[in-house]
Amino acid sequence: MSKPKLALYWAASCGGCEVAVLDVAEKILDVAGFFDIVFWPCAMDFKYKDVEAMPDSSIDLCLFNGAIRNSENEALAHLLRRKAKVLVAFGSCAMDGCIPGLANLTTREEILETAYQQTPSTLNPDRVRPLTQFTAPEGELDIPKFYESVRTLAQVVPVEYFIPGCPPQPPQILNVMSAIMQGAALPPPGSVIGAGDKTCCEECGRPRKEKHLKRLYRVWEIEPKAEECLLDQGVICMGPATRSGCGALCVKANMPCRGCYGAAPNVTDQGAKMISALSSVIDLQEPAEINSVLDQIADPAGTFYRFSVPNSMLHRKQPSA
Amino acid sequence: METKSNNFEPRIVGFLCNWCSYTGADLAGTSRMKSAPNLRIVRLMCSGRVDPSFILRAFQLGADGVLVGGCHPGDCHYQEGNFKALRRVLMLKRILRQFGIDDRRLRLEWISAAEGEKFAKVSTEFTEEVRALGPLRLETGVLAQSRAEELATQEVAA
Repeated sequence: MSKPKLALYWAASCGGCEVAVLDVAEKILDVAGFFDIVFWPCAMDFKYKDVEAMPDSSIDLCLFNGAIRNSENEALAHLLRRKAKVLVAFGSCAMDGCIPGLANLTTREEILETAYQQTPSTLNPDRVRPLTQFTAPEGELDIPKFYESVRTLAQVVPVEYFIPGCPPQPPQILNVMSAIMQGAALPPPGSVIGAGDKTCCEECGRPRKEKHLKRLYRVWEIEPKAEECLLDQGVICMGPATRSGCGALCVKANMPCRGCYGAAPNVTDQGAKMISALSSVIDLQEPAEINSVLDQIADPAGTFYRFSVPNSMLHRKQPSA
Repeated sequence: METKSNNFEPRIVGFLCNWCSYTGADLAGTSRMKSAPNLRIVRLMCSGRVDPSFILRAFQLGADGVLVGGCHPGDCHYQEGNFKALRRVLMLKRILRQFGIDDRRLRLEWISAAEGEKFAKVSTEFTEEVRALGPLRLETGVLAQSRAEELATQEVAA
């Protein structure tokens, strides 16, 4: 019997998800033994045309990490959707947009202006900008088009499953892979897999008290006590709005949860949920006093939606009228 | 809906608390006070029940403005639900600005059960303010734009 076929792809991502897959350590050999890996640009030499030549629905499982930022990401999302039976949005970028998705708080033009004009090390008097087509002496060159907005994988093609995390934690990846290799029944399409079904607070273990916040701290302004809830101490911890599954790694290193596992179960908008939670525990009633505490949040959208701007209800900054 | 502001009728969603603001709106009605008909009211037990995601969902589904109405400070039926609403609205306004949405589209008002007149005034005034800001158009929004961009790219490639 032929082995099931596995594909892994990276779109707009940092490569951390690929490292996380390899971080399952020697178990990767079991994965490689069980599956026939047919496409994995980060680790092995395959060409896009190899994938194009495969029959439709011939890949059993495709783990797709990275957001959709340009036309190449988008084309591969459509291609792999066609070729794969089960397409998984793997990691925060593919699921929620993640750090690349913060670009949705600005515009394409502002990004290009910064990258090609304003950075101190750039000298570009002719205002040269990337072209999607260019004729070189050796022939015609094509490069992908840089889109106005970053999208999640599911905003471009239908997706069966979501594995959250920046990156997904290796034990969780292993759980998913072992379940598949043991032939476990697949959960209903649309499910989040390789994660918990509570909030990050459930895995944290620090005792929680009734909260009465009068000021907030950024992480460098305070050395939080290790045995007290970080939010109790005025450090913005995304735990209450974030899905469990990571094992509360950051909190165990005395750093607040930043929210990479995405919205908690049954929450549509992670940032809105955090605003709700934080507003409930600030113990002030005068608008001026409240605003002076809110001034201590340097970048509210970047804090509450650090990993989820494209998948939020507002999706991106509105074009100015 | 028309783009031109003279043909534009703002759609406004109002989340009003059961004990004060909704009763105030009721009083405006039974007293036959005139006010703009643009406000669609959702009654909640307390302004503290208004989760920020309700407000974002209203904008996402086509609201041009959102009004949150609660009891005056000190009058909340549940002690301090209205202060939660106040903090949420102040925080959400900052988020809206970062997402390029004019924060005047979100308004918080304290309206008591006796203030029918204030309700009528606020709803008319807010309607005119949102009318001046123009349509928000979030529902046809940015994902549709992304899709158009994607199709345009495919045409060029073909």
